Amino acid sequence: MIKKLKNRLSSNSFLIIITILLFLLMYIGGVIIFKDKNFGRMQVFLNLFISNAGLIVAAAGMTVVLISGGIDISVGSVVAMTCMLLAWMMENKGINAVTAVIVVLIVGIVFGFVQGWLISYLKIQPFIVTLAGMFFARGMTAVISVDMITIKNEVFLAMAKSKINLPFGGSVNKRGVLIRPYIYPSVIICILVLIVLFFVMKYTKFGRSIYAVGGNEQSALLMGLNVKKTKLKVYVLNGFLSALAGFVFCLNTTGGFVEQAKGFEMEAIAAAVIGGTLLTGGVGNVIGSLFGVLIKGTIETFITFQGTLSSWWTKIVIAVLLCLFIILQSVLMNLKWNKRKKINQV
Amino acid sequence: MNKIKHIWMKITGFSLFFPLLCLAVVLVINLIRTPDFFRISMNNGVLYGYVIDILNRSSELIILATGMTLVVAASGGTDISVGAVSAVAGAVCIYSLIGGASSDVYRIPYVLALVLGILAGTACGVFNGFLVAKLHIQPMVATLILFTAGRGIAQVLTQGFILYVRKESFKYLGNFLPGIPVPTPIFIAALVVILTILLLKRTSLGLYIQSVGVNRIASRLVGLNSSLIIFLVYVFSGFCAGIAGMIITSRVYSIDANNAGLNIELDAILSVAIGGNSLGGGKFTLIGSVIGAITIQALTTSLYAMKVTADQLPVYKAIVVVIIVAIQSPVVKRWMKAVRHKNALSGNRKKVKA
Repeated sequence: MIKKLKNRLSSNSFLIIITILLFLLMYIGGVIIFKDKNFGRMQVFLNLFISNAGLIVAAAGMTVVLISGGIDISVGSVVAMTCMLLAWMMENKGINAVTAVIVVLIVGIVFGFVQGWLISYLKIQPFIVTLAGMFFARGMTAVISVDMITIKNEVFLAMAKSKINLPFGGSVNKRGVLIRPYIYPSVIICILVLIVLFFVMKYTKFGRSIYAVGGNEQSALLMGLNVKKTKLKVYVLNGFLSALAGFVFCLNTTGGFVEQAKGFEMEAIAAAVIGGTLLTGGVGNVIGSLFGVLIKGTIETFITFQGTLSSWWTKIVIAVLLCLFIILQSVLMNLKWNKRKKINQV
Repeated sequence: MNKIKHIWMKITGFSLFFPLLCLAVVLVINLIRTPDFFRISMNNGVLYGYVIDILNRSSELIILATGMTLVVAASGGTDISVGAVSAVAGAVCIYSLIGGASSDVYRIPYVLALVLGILAGTACGVFNGFLVAKLHIQPMVATLILFTAGRGIAQVLTQGFILYVRKESFKYLGNFLPGIPVPTPIFIAALVVILTILLLKRTSLGLYIQSVGVNRIASRLVGLNSSLIIFLVYVFSGFCAGIAGMIITSRVYSIDANNAGLNIELDAILSVAIGGNSLGGGKFTLIGSVIGAITIQALTTSLYAMKVTADQLPVYKAIVVVIIVAIQSPVVKRWMKAVRHKNALSGNRKKVKA
């Protein structure tokens, strides 16, 4: 029994378990510290999803890329470009909301395809390609419009701000009216993405070949997998998800400006890494990344509830957490490696 | 005929051919657009002209590219935190000099503040180096931490304000020393490059860096301390970013944590790539990177002249990066080799027929 448990723990789920424990610890800590400010309300928890819906989608995409052994740091800029393009199409060109969203998603797919092609078929290092992609997309945002555009399109705003009340939970306010906790449609999109990706990664041929390619490209090739095509598909998928993240992000901000979503890529990578995805590829899980995002959201909520700290602290704390988890991963990997060496010696 | 071909091959085979060609192309385009491009005049006792301006503005980039070249050569990765590290170094320098508000009173000696700033940059380099060399984290991800957190740290130091130093002597480093017509940054950049080249050529460090870049494990097996060398290049890159940060802050006698050294990491990587260095590591030429940096600055200046705004600039640079890296990629190289081989074969056949 203990041996079984030990085996389970030493396997890759160990990192995810640490993450979930950390999240629970932080959340319970928050409930105790900010007792007088009602941290424990259902709505505070749901707000984590509402304000981070875009990041959840982006982090899920990033997880897939990291599992395939690559990296994509263009995500934040693509999100900014998507928001700007959406706002520009709807406000300056009068295109209707649904068409605009479809166009934006196609742009994301094309962007992902070009990056993926350069990475998989021309064999350029992923970070160089996506670094160029990051600056390209940020620059394109400015080419579309240097000024901020606010979205006033009614259909889009209806998509963004229609509250969906949950049938349970809630609290009674001062006047004695029961207020149900609510979510926005963006939360439903991000949860759908998570569920679909979870099943794709776990039960489809495509998902399994991503793990194989990320674990060891050579052996994947020898097994007869089409490594190049798999990688290309991963980046196309991520391009699509980045654009979708941009759309979801835009539902929150309802506007586009050049400096939007700066450092978003880092948050997505941090969420994935904190959620137990190995940077060397081959190991990871989208559910872990969800908890990574929730941890980041909890830190932000702490800072808002605390009230005096500036928002830059979020970035610094996230960077410190990322750093800690990377070091943890590295240590765990070294342990594993030493174990293997011992076995080989025996 | 053969002789011409031979000379042509020799010229194109020269390691600095590609960077010089790029520079020449940019300069010629500029010369066509503005005929008095190369004119240098004296204004108020200082040299004035496009060329001086480009050299002046490219100084920070040259310094950063020096550090970046070594990082790329030794580890096959890039240090994307250099821009943020310059901002941190600048913030540390100005904060220690005048405290949290704009003023004209120094709290500590000027030189000490410069040293502190450069030390802050070096400390960031130590952090990056530790992550990459000791913990074996991919360079991109390791430096990504400071890339984002760096500006946060600088913001915390400056409390989100733009701090100004209202003192004439503070401007010397980034502008002109009294009585000397050449901008100071050019001297600093030249000094950094010359000292680095001396260090690399007089000792075996240059060779070691190349060796580690070509094959880290093999170098370890012949007795080089690969980890230490990779650690040192990241420290050096942080040091260079620190110096660049000093120049950037002195140029505008203020620190703006959001915009100091913004997007300069792409320029630095671009300089290294245009300089003919492979981004995969191994052999490198520092002079190539210097020429690359000047080319980039010339390109930036000409794009500004074409009414491209600062926000839109990255689009063009990103396209240039992708093209250069694509040309360098092993697949394209193999393809070009195959084409050349085919041509040579068909040439031989013609000879046989004749």
